[in-house]
Amino acid sequence: MPMAASEIERLIKDAIPDAQVTIRDLAGDGDHYAARVVSAGFAGMSRIKQHQTVYAALGGRVGGELHALQLETAVPQSENI
Amino acid sequence: MSANDRIAELVKANNIVLFMKGTALFPQCGFSSRAIAILDRLGATYETVDVLQDPEIRAGIKEFSDWPTVPQLYVKGEFVGGSDIMMEMFESGELEELLQAA
Repeated sequence: MPMAASEIERLIKDAIPDAQVTIRDLAGDGDHYAARVVSAGFAGMSRIKQHQTVYAALGGRVGGELHALQLETAVPQSENI
Repeated sequence: MSANDRIAELVKANNIVLFMKGTALFPQCGFSSRAIAILDRLGATYETVDVLQDPEIRAGIKEFSDWPTVPQLYVKGEFVGGSDIMMEMFESGELEELLQAA
């Protein structure tokens, strides 16, 4: 079942309160999204760990209810590195 | 052998291995297709495992890597990430370095 972008954003922000979340609906079908998540909390984490943190926030929906989530994570200060 | 042991064997036996949906010639998913395109672009020699042909590995790889989706890339036994991380590392040149050292 498709998920609303606002719901994805809410779940991420519930788990990572300082996150800046940008979501794009890639196909316009409510099922293929790209999310960019920026949080100071990601500092010092590997990319894998950053993505795992977002997947955990989405509570097992990625790969199931939410088929396609293209994910990009970043730390605020590292934007231009 | 358990799924976990089979995956551990695959990862150990192959320097560069991509768990994916479909094959390198016929990827069955946009994300797997993107992962293959990146590896080919870098001229890598790699093995692929089609999880669609193997339900046990399809379920097991998610737990093995603590990662919910496929494709998943392993280099020298280490989990590198999915296609988004591969793309970021491709763009930064890190993936080329990693694969050349493999």
